[in-house]
Amino acid sequence: MTRPTASLLFGTGLCKTYGSTRALEDVSFHIRAGEIVAVMGPSGSGKSTLLQCAAGILAPDSGRIVYDGRDVVAMSDAERSALRRRDFGFVFQFGQLVPELTCLENVALPLRLEGVARRPAEARAAQWMERLEVSDVAGKRPGEASGGQGQRVAIARGLVHHPRVVFADEPTGALDSLNGERVLQLLVRAAVDEGVAVVLVTHETRVAAYAHREIVVRDGRVRDTEQVS
Amino acid sequence: MYTLVCIVAGMALAEAFLGLMESQPRHGYELKRVYDERLGQGRLLPFGQVYATLSRLLKNGLVRVDGFEPGDGPDRKRYVITPAGLSLIESWLTEAEKPDLHLQSTLYVKVVLALLSGRSAVDILDTQQREHLRLMRELTARKASGDLTEHLICDYALFHLEADLRWLELTAARLDELAAKVRS
Repeated sequence: MTRPTASLLFGTGLCKTYGSTRALEDVSFHIRAGEIVAVMGPSGSGKSTLLQCAAGILAPDSGRIVYDGRDVVAMSDAERSALRRRDFGFVFQFGQLVPELTCLENVALPLRLEGVARRPAEARAAQWMERLEVSDVAGKRPGEASGGQGQRVAIARGLVHHPRVVFADEPTGALDSLNGERVLQLLVRAAVDEGVAVVLVTHETRVAAYAHREIVVRDGRVRDTEQVS
Repeated sequence: MYTLVCIVAGMALAEAFLGLMESQPRHGYELKRVYDERLGQGRLLPFGQVYATLSRLLKNGLVRVDGFEPGDGPDRKRYVITPAGLSLIESWLTEAEKPDLHLQSTLYVKVVLALLSGRSAVDILDTQQREHLRLMRELTARKASGDLTEHLICDYALFHLEADLRWLELTAARLDELAAKVRS
């Protein structure tokens, strides 16, 4: 298994408020290259807000986020978009696949957005679908795939462009136990094989147990534990 | 319930007594009364067990006799915690318990003692949560390399540990309520 090494992404003193609700309060975290980190906490604790700030989707009210030596908060919108497209991958609870595209086209999408021609993009997408054992739904639309298949397609899409960090927000939250476990095993194995860091947001401890360590969020505050495994 | 009380009696009674003596010296009868009220969970502690536990604490140098108080019958010995006893209770409260299926009872004692002594009960729950997650990671890794039987055995343990963690989370959310109750 790849051992985490240098710190790749970190945040310090992050605060984020929605109206009168303080979602993050003086939060710090760090993610090392190749490391799988679970962000845990009850509903409404601020864990999804933390993921969105860490991924450059949401700007914190104050604090710093640094990815690979670069200040994410200080970047222009275009620079942040490029960062998310090239270096980050995303897997959400309900897949969020584009319903009009086939599953294969969905997986190829991050490559197409980076200007890769259709044929090589779809060839690489097909390899990832095979790896995640969903080749049989390549020509189908997401609505025709099962929940478990859809999530595997979403994982393939999240990894196809060789990101350095994958952000997964409750990736098995909509699946039954058996399918959820299979999807997690595939995500973790693929990430470890590729040396990709995974930020795994979950409220389920059995899901968090797949990570190297956990960051616990409670009432907008974080206890960032060191790696113990 | 019987099993849980036996576990408290066997594993944590001595530590509970030390915790209750930390703030002030107490005699055996008073220890029993406070224990029954705060930690007994509906079961009264037999006097024999109170004095056997005090005798063991005395023998191990964790408490000493501080004096005698007149009572209805013979004078009562008043016990005071020693520096060795203080050191033991400090370590016991801050170390994680080995996760097992009847852990809540011991943890409940720790949480109540922390609240009574002004320590951080949140830290106790957090420490235990880390220990549980560490064991869950081990079991999850074992599943990945084991056969179906190993897989099912690990799943059984994982589901129980998950239930413990839900209790820890819920207790953490109710600490203010519990603190008000135990300090009343």
